[in-house]
Amino acid sequence: MALAPVLATAQEEAGYTAGHPLPGQYHLQRSVTPIMDSITAFHDGILMWSISLIVALVLGLLIWIMIRYNAKRNPVPAAFTHNTLVEILWTVLPIVALIVIAIPSFGVLSDQLTTPDGERKYLGSNIFSFGEVEVPAPELTIKATGQQWYWDYEYVDQGLALTSIMMDEPTRATAKPGQPRLLAVDNELVVPVDTTVRVQVTADPMGVIHAFAVPSFGIKIDAVPGRLNETWFNARETGIFYGQCSELCGKDHAFMPIAVRVVTKDEFTAYMAAFKGGDYAAGNATLAAVQ
Amino acid sequence: MADTTAHLEAHATGHDAASHDHTPTGWRRWVYSTNHKDIGIMYLYFAIFAGILGGLLSGVMRMELQEPGIQIFHGLAAMVYGVEGDAALDAGKHMYNVFTTAHALIMVFFVVMPATMGGFANYFAPLMIGAPDTAFPRINNIAFWLLPPAFILLLMSLFFEGTGPGAMGFGGGWTIYPPLSTTGHPGPAMDFAILSLHVAGVSSILGAINLITTIFNMRAPGMTLHKMPLFAWSVLVTAFLLLLALPVLAGAITMLLTDRNFGTAFFKPAEGGDPILFQHLVWFFGHPEVYIMILPGFGIISHIVSTFSRKPIFGYMAMAYAMVAIGFVGFVVWAHHMYTTGLSLDVQRYFVAATMVIAVPTGVKIFSWIATMWGGSISFKSPMLWAIGFIFLFTVGGVTGVVLANAGADRALHDTYYVVAHFHYVLSLGAVFSIFAGWYYWYPKMFGYLYNETLAKAHFWVMFVGVNLIFFPQHFLGLAGMPRRYIHYPDAFGFFNRISSIGYYITFVAMLIFFYATWEASRKKRPAGDNPWGDGATTLEWTLTSPPPFHQFTTLPRIESTNAH
Repeated sequence: MALAPVLATAQEEAGYTAGHPLPGQYHLQRSVTPIMDSITAFHDGILMWSISLIVALVLGLLIWIMIRYNAKRNPVPAAFTHNTLVEILWTVLPIVALIVIAIPSFGVLSDQLTTPDGERKYLGSNIFSFGEVEVPAPELTIKATGQQWYWDYEYVDQGLALTSIMMDEPTRATAKPGQPRLLAVDNELVVPVDTTVRVQVTADPMGVIHAFAVPSFGIKIDAVPGRLNETWFNARETGIFYGQCSELCGKDHAFMPIAVRVVTKDEFTAYMAAFKGGDYAAGNATLAAVQ
Repeated sequence: MADTTAHLEAHATGHDAASHDHTPTGWRRWVYSTNHKDIGIMYLYFAIFAGILGGLLSGVMRMELQEPGIQIFHGLAAMVYGVEGDAALDAGKHMYNVFTTAHALIMVFFVVMPATMGGFANYFAPLMIGAPDTAFPRINNIAFWLLPPAFILLLMSLFFEGTGPGAMGFGGGWTIYPPLSTTGHPGPAMDFAILSLHVAGVSSILGAINLITTIFNMRAPGMTLHKMPLFAWSVLVTAFLLLLALPVLAGAITMLLTDRNFGTAFFKPAEGGDPILFQHLVWFFGHPEVYIMILPGFGIISHIVSTFSRKPIFGYMAMAYAMVAIGFVGFVVWAHHMYTTGLSLDVQRYFVAATMVIAVPTGVKIFSWIATMWGGSISFKSPMLWAIGFIFLFTVGGVTGVVLANAGADRALHDTYYVVAHFHYVLSLGAVFSIFAGWYYWYPKMFGYLYNETLAKAHFWVMFVGVNLIFFPQHFLGLAGMPRRYIHYPDAFGFFNRISSIGYYITFVAMLIFFYATWEASRKKRPAGDNPWGDGATTLEWTLTSPPPFHQFTTLPRIESTNAH
């Protein structure tokens, strides 16, 4: 497990460019936003090493004890029950370790919950910096509404809406054979690249709680009836990035994926122009067909 | 202490002098039982029975998840409910959610809690503090006998309508979040589940009151709180957690009940209520609940480690107060289960900091167990194997808890299989290993017979391999983003799910070894003697016969200033 961060890098070099999990994947999905960069750096760079070392230390001690202090090698047990120095050490050292973890932790968290204003700098991969990544203020607002069991999306300022439903398997196999089963949808949510997108998340007022999540963006937020939650992302790559509903919502909980298609700014302008009348099919027609 | 003894004697003579003279026999001995040891044994049998059901439920789920797609549940729904085609598929999807929910509720309320706080605490806390029985034997009786009706209510809920026609049972997860548990499940299944939890909660509160009173008032002369064995300490802390947490659950599910049936709107957003309020309430109970499940295990492990190292517990005071600290801090960290609900930045910061604090007393416990073994003369009898296994596996589960405590990292891991792996490492591998450790440690004392050591060790090794194979790959699934409570998953998650399912089958074999070992021991009847573990076993239960007399300590033991822990 301690090797995971090293191997993850190797896998990325081998050409992992998908916005969805790969067979046998044992690490976080690939990042395309500054927020996911910081989560990955925090998890792979700090947490993974800390917890692996602690487990290795405990395992090592246990093995040493079993070898050295078994009844054969050590027939007469010692009788000590206290050692003040050791007790202070194993109280203070974990506190120090936790503080080392907490410093980047609070930074990573603050970035996630602070919508960019154009001025604030974000951590990105360098979680021990004071912020070096520039992120523009939001230019687009999307509202995602969880339904049983699909997602409604709305371009809030444009007053345009669409519904995104998982493709059943026969349809997917013919229409989008290159897209993963259970993740492909009829209409992806289309957003421009290198643009900060504000995402408002709620659920049908008479429905149940869902959660909107896109692993590659590093976002996950509950869609709660009667509440309007907010998060944001700024994707630096084009492509389709998938997520799945992440709060139990009934029988088809596993069948309401989230698919976000990030396109170039020009493509997005053309998409919105065609979509303007409210016909999302016309919008989709402007984009290259998804295989 | 003299007062208490006099009072007890007066009480016994006044009300039920007969019970001192002869032992009730037949069914009366059990159904009418006010004897803490008999009640403890009944709790253990109950937990084993419920554990079989809960374990089989997870087996069906693991078979389903062995491959992507829906293989089992639509057929199962067709068989059980007589539906066909698409209706069977829908009923099957719902049934999967019902299985995850029932598995969790059974394991939490009807396996782990009855085994630790019902079984071992009832049986051994009074013995360890030198008490003749618990303070309120009749409360003890009703506390146990409320559990079977609670369990029956839960099982009945599986056969009543949940979301609609053909969809039986409640499938909203053990955390029963509204609106899925209110408008999302209009049928009576949820009401049965609520009533079940109410009854189980009353049972636990009564048990907690009994144990607190017993430990505060009935310790043998000379046994101050600071000389009390650590298992009794763990039971005391756990009983307080039960007493403070369960009423909050009771309140929350009562509000749920009135929202469902009597037109209130605590959690209905359309009428001014808030579903998130319920989450705060249920986790204010739910987080202490996880410590309720693990703390008695901490106590058990301390005694086993000390006994088989033939060395007193290292840092007794720190060990006792670490449990108090864990219990206390456990009440102020609940919203770390709710990082994605839309809590503000400052609230999340607080819960990150508070949650990480728990790692410190937990670390003290782990290191103190290691220090207890250090310099010892360790014999690797089966209880010790389970205890060492516990220490390692609980450490693995603990460190992933530190990962999840960080809201920033939890954003990626919340509601994924990483969480499933984490809490099964601390509960299924932690709490359950401590229960088996206690079972093999105290089996000779409770039943008077020795089990076959080779079988017990085989049980340990097969189970150790099996459960790790189930749950370790689930960390990878979670990191890669597989959400929890999914009957079907993208093909990419197939590999580790298959390994996980193979782990289940191995664990199943381990359970067969367990049942065979228990059967073998009860059949061969090898007398255990008062103390099969030698001079490392210093607590009072080992001074009694095996099994102990129906009423022990007619003359209260005196605790000298040197011993006890």
